[in-house]
Amino acid sequence: MTDTAWIDAALTSARPQAVGALLRYFRNLDTAEEAFQNACLRALKSWPQNGPPRDPAAWLIMVGRNVAIDDIRRSRKQEALPEDAAISDLDDAEERLAERLDGSHYRDDILRLLFICCHPDLPATQQIALALRIVSGLSVKQIARAFLVSEAAMEQRITRAKARVADANVPFETPGAVERTERLSAVAAMIYLIFNEGYSASGDTAEIRSPLCEEAIRLARLLLRLFQSEPEIMGLTALLLLQHARSAARFDADGAVILLDDQDRSLWNKSLIAEGLALIDKAMRHRRSGPYQVQAAIAALHARAEKPEETDWTQIDLLYGALEIMQPSPVVTLNRAVAVSKVRGPQAALEMIEPLEQRLSNYFHFFGVRGAFLMQLGRNDEARTAFDRAIALANTSAEAAHIRMHLDRLQRDSQPRGKKAGK
Amino acid sequence: MLYAILCYNDEDTVGSWTKEQDAAVMTKLAVVQDKLAKQGRLGPVARLLPTTAATTLRKDDPPLVLDGPYAETKEQLLGFYLVDCKNLDEALDVARDLGAANPGGAYEIRPVGMFNPGSVEP
Repeated sequence: MTDTAWIDAALTSARPQAVGALLRYFRNLDTAEEAFQNACLRALKSWPQNGPPRDPAAWLIMVGRNVAIDDIRRSRKQEALPEDAAISDLDDAEERLAERLDGSHYRDDILRLLFICCHPDLPATQQIALALRIVSGLSVKQIARAFLVSEAAMEQRITRAKARVADANVPFETPGAVERTERLSAVAAMIYLIFNEGYSASGDTAEIRSPLCEEAIRLARLLLRLFQSEPEIMGLTALLLLQHARSAARFDADGAVILLDDQDRSLWNKSLIAEGLALIDKAMRHRRSGPYQVQAAIAALHARAEKPEETDWTQIDLLYGALEIMQPSPVVTLNRAVAVSKVRGPQAALEMIEPLEQRLSNYFHFFGVRGAFLMQLGRNDEARTAFDRAIALANTSAEAAHIRMHLDRLQRDSQPRGKKAGK
Repeated sequence: MLYAILCYNDEDTVGSWTKEQDAAVMTKLAVVQDKLAKQGRLGPVARLLPTTAATTLRKDDPPLVLDGPYAETKEQLLGFYLVDCKNLDEALDVARDLGAANPGGAYEIRPVGMFNPGSVEP
């Protein structure tokens, strides 16, 4: 690896801690970001000559802080004095040393930085964009590309989100235990959103969007290193790893969806699976279950099955049952019905989802799953109606193509009998 | 004499490598490993999963299981075992047995991500 690649990786990994600490000093996101940028510029000059520092994050915090303070002092001479309250702890001579030795702040610094992006007034897409910009340090161009929007539109979205966040007054004191737990769960949800944004991509954009999944995994690992004993964070990380492990097998060459049963399991990433299984194993020992752990446990059962027919559907049915209690939602019930169809057959599964129709009347997957159950029961006309409905609701061309494949099969199956059972 | 070479690096940085960067490092290492293997000098090689997957068993009485890697620095690394286990509970049982035979200190239990058994015969 070249020197610059090493420096890039070091700057990326130090970023959350450094920006988090600079934000604590300056209490202003723009100042903190600018200070970090300036420190990075100096690192690019200094590190290749002098070698990397022992603790890159501490180096960046110290240099960033000094540069920003110099800037503020210089502008003081030219302009009216800024409010002293806007700059905290500036004259503490011990601070440099303390920063290097005392890592206890840094957990809350990073958590605060992530938490700021989860402002409840911000729509999900803005939370994600902001986190990718501020915490991960992706460029606006990279984020725009992942979101498939223009750079100008993304720039505007991030600027607006930042303004909203600046008004939010997130407290800078060390949070209490309850507040910390609340922050942690908001941040976990945001990381899950980032992942889903990448994971829900269609086949033709999966490649472009997979960095979102990788970034979510990196943030989840970071969070887990800060909060080592939180089973739900272990569960979240495991869930993301196990889902992402299948990414190479999820689409065919034309970008069409390949369902779990039909995927080439040799394409699944074994080391991500090993890590995911190790984490869910670790989480379960705590006997404090939660939605991420349950979802990860379901993903783990799929990952453990070398062939689709080895899948433990009975256990998956039970886990979805547990998830229904923790997080009641028609979508969870719909997923459970798929497991039920494998364990107790399509009739039982169909009965289970019938009551959901009203609430899922605009949901593509509802009609796709319903059509599949009806097809298994040989009720082809009704299946066709459900599939037609699904196509009308499809969000991506890959989803539509997948349903069309079912319709084609129905068509073929009805032909040998020589008559078309259409309406 | 067999020598163990223990690998240390900043996990955050290594974790920030792209897939391509990681693969490039592994390819370069494989060249060195191949050379040693051809000479019959390469023993087991393992790449451990990240420390987030680690659990620590403090050999107190009774032994205490903690999440995360072994964090203290006043003890030194004195040796290691590789044991085939179905899951973490089984690995912890093994560690407890070992701990009962030799109290004091701690065991860090880390799943192995990549393993090459090697072929050296001491």
